[in-house]
Amino acid sequence: MLNEMNSPKANRLAGGDVAVIGVGMTKFGELWNKSLRDIFVEAAMKAIENSGVDHIDSMYVGTMSGGLFVGQEHVGAVMADYLGSVPIPATRVESACASGGAAFRSAFFEVASGYSEIVLAGGVEKMTDGADVTDALATAADQEYEVYHGITFPGLYAMMARAHMHQYKTTREQLAHVAVKNHKNGSLNPNAQFRSQATLEQVMNSTMVADPLRLLDCSPVSDGGAAVILCSLEYAKKLKRPFVKVKASAQASGTIALHSRESLTSLDCVSVAAKKAFKQSNIKPYDINFAEVHDCFTIAEIIVTEDLGFFEKGKGGISVEQGLTSLNGKIPINTSGGLKAKGHPVGATGIAQIIECYEQLTGNAGERQIKNAKLGLAQNMGGSGASCTIHILEAI
Amino acid sequence: MISPKYHREIPQRYRLEAGKCKQCGTISFPPRLICPKCKSKNFETVQLSREGKILTFTIIRVGPDKFSKETPYVVAIIELNDGARLTAQVTDCDVNKVEIGTKVKLVFRKIQDEGKWGLHCYGYKAILI
Amino acid sequence: MIGIVGYGSYLPRYRIKSETIAKQWGMDSGAIKRGLMLYEKTVPAQDEDTITISVEAAKNALARAQIDPQKIGAVYIGSESHPYAVKPSATVLIDALGIGPHVHVASYEFACKAGTEAMYVAYSLVKAGEVEYALGIGADTSQGAPGDALEYSASAGGAAFIMGKEKVIAEILFTHSFTSDTPDFWRREHEYYPRHAGRFTGEPAYFKHITNAAKSLLEKSRMIPKDFQHAVFHMPNGKFPQEVGKKLGFSKEQMEVGWISPWMGNTYSGSSPTGLAAILDVAKPGDKIFMVSFGSGAGSDGFIFSVTDEIKYVQNLAPKLRDYLDDNKIYLDYGQYAKFRKKIIVNE
Repeated sequence: MLNEMNSPKANRLAGGDVAVIGVGMTKFGELWNKSLRDIFVEAAMKAIENSGVDHIDSMYVGTMSGGLFVGQEHVGAVMADYLGSVPIPATRVESACASGGAAFRSAFFEVASGYSEIVLAGGVEKMTDGADVTDALATAADQEYEVYHGITFPGLYAMMARAHMHQYKTTREQLAHVAVKNHKNGSLNPNAQFRSQATLEQVMNSTMVADPLRLLDCSPVSDGGAAVILCSLEYAKKLKRPFVKVKASAQASGTIALHSRESLTSLDCVSVAAKKAFKQSNIKPYDINFAEVHDCFTIAEIIVTEDLGFFEKGKGGISVEQGLTSLNGKIPINTSGGLKAKGHPVGATGIAQIIECYEQLTGNAGERQIKNAKLGLAQNMGGSGASCTIHILEAI
Repeated sequence: MISPKYHREIPQRYRLEAGKCKQCGTISFPPRLICPKCKSKNFETVQLSREGKILTFTIIRVGPDKFSKETPYVVAIIELNDGARLTAQVTDCDVNKVEIGTKVKLVFRKIQDEGKWGLHCYGYKAILI
Repeated sequence: MIGIVGYGSYLPRYRIKSETIAKQWGMDSGAIKRGLMLYEKTVPAQDEDTITISVEAAKNALARAQIDPQKIGAVYIGSESHPYAVKPSATVLIDALGIGPHVHVASYEFACKAGTEAMYVAYSLVKAGEVEYALGIGADTSQGAPGDALEYSASAGGAAFIMGKEKVIAEILFTHSFTSDTPDFWRREHEYYPRHAGRFTGEPAYFKHITNAAKSLLEKSRMIPKDFQHAVFHMPNGKFPQEVGKKLGFSKEQMEVGWISPWMGNTYSGSSPTGLAAILDVAKPGDKIFMVSFGSGAGSDGFIFSVTDEIKYVQNLAPKLRDYLDDNKIYLDYGQYAKFRKKIIVNE
């Protein structure tokens, strides 16, 4: 059976041949005056300038649904064209909300294989142009056997939340603590959609969306783009600019429908991908100094931090309540503000997580800089847990 | 126009037809070509049990456009007596009375309309026993 | 012996009281209750229509008949609220219940008697030897314009009857129909609510057609009202069926069991069929049942049933009409009712 973990080549490549050499992103939020292509090109230009490279050999664009949000498919070509990069190869990568992570992983493979020297991995989404966002996002679930029956994404995560509360006595307040923490972090991030803090009371009293999840448990509807430049480690050294090493790249899938999963309180795709990533990099969860995780809803952060192995199963809620995941906690989670406060332009999210890791590892995270950031983890997820990418990045 | 897609799903939506693996007995709903458990490709068609219990649920307060006039409504993951699981609305109930573990049975209801001019789309919903 | 081999009924759980409707329009609910004898009515849930009601009623009928659905050779649904103007209701039903595809299917409409029409044709096909079993259903999610007298009565529900020759629970002894062109009530194509001719719906329509059908049926059968344990007539309200029964010589006791409209309302095509289902739920072997429907426009179908020994084996195989009528009610206020019945203009 094909097993990436056991492949000698995968282990060698993940050993540290690839570097992230430059990053760029737009502010996340409601960018009324910017189009899908404007947003992407702005982020990509910044990344190219930031990296100091004079060209890119190839590019990957992560976007969930240019088609449903703005009626534009073939996004790879559109972006290469407007970036002035034709005729380089340009491919759109889609894995729902994990499109960014999957685009990064595709770029990683291309560099690691030695096929290209410099590759751009970007992500973009334009969600505020008037499309039915709930409908468009729901296409990441099982259309025929979940969405047909009126379920929404907040609804799917609400069902996980209720099961988690039932099984592990996770409290409603603990969910709210995730939002409070991430808003606090977001207030320190100039690119975040929400720079305002939220109190526990505000979260607990916000509009009920899908019981038990309220409006402030949910990541917002956002526009935004993010891009990073990957190259070989040798090439990165020549550029004499700050860079970080890609220490592991892992991915796993899960069943498309939530109801098909054995456990409704775990995300198997996360634990499987995490095991692969830790094995590739030969480290343990407790070696990680900070992580950007896919907190599309507050419950997701709680479950993901458990399944990544940061906390014992069922202890994710109490951990956030005790401040273990705060900026100055044992393992800071979502220092950027996460999807919750930074914003969640779906396809851009996975790349923006890599960017936060890069900023922390290169000491450029400003007011939210954590101490001794040596190893950062980025976990990006699609659907209700049908896709997961995990990348571990290391300071050089 | 969703006619071809709707028509194709009728055996599952109307009659809860599933595929039971002849090798390991796992029930797949909807039917699959490969058993997710033992990878066998041999199935027999079975009808799912119409009774079961709620494993988890939510009350949708903000619905998609198609369902926005029906809020609040309950959507649950239900484990049927034969072990199969599905997602369905729980209808005809006080949304505050639903709990994990509540026993339900499946009934035939209209699930959604394809706009004002299109198809009425039917299927299964659950009611509390 | 030819007759009913399985029957089933279904009513939605939701209710609205006459006083709730009366209050909305500034009317005196006392007059409605006294004059029309209407206390409350069933209201379909937002996810219910003639098709879903027919499926649930037919499921109960199949549970009682205990036959292979494949043996049903004809399915007819009578309703004046078929969800589609063009596309039969029963195609959905046969696929839901595993009937057919070698089956004859049709949607009937004849105001409130479309249900007995379906029963009559189903019975006739079995009698003619064309099919082994036939399913006839009367079901409606009736329309009554807001503020109109019909709003107090127009309700939802249905009943299904499987006709056959084996293990008959109620033999059909005689039938008779009486029809004329009488414009007492109608709904034009593309109109949402029906119109009616006020008091003209009474004497020249309801009473004339039921009385003529009933009298002919009694003559045909050489029976008299005293020979029957139960009688049921179309129930546009609580008062009319009592009046017409009394005029024909039936007692209150004979009409007691099938007289469900005061608490159910008028389920249009499902009206006298649900009344018949309520009777079959409690009938004893040997009981004779007298039934006459009425559909505006106008016509009446009459039936005489003779209950057999088989009845006692099937009564408890499915929920009874009274289970649906008396239990688990959810009362709506007028706002909820208006939303449920799509009486509020919304953006599509």
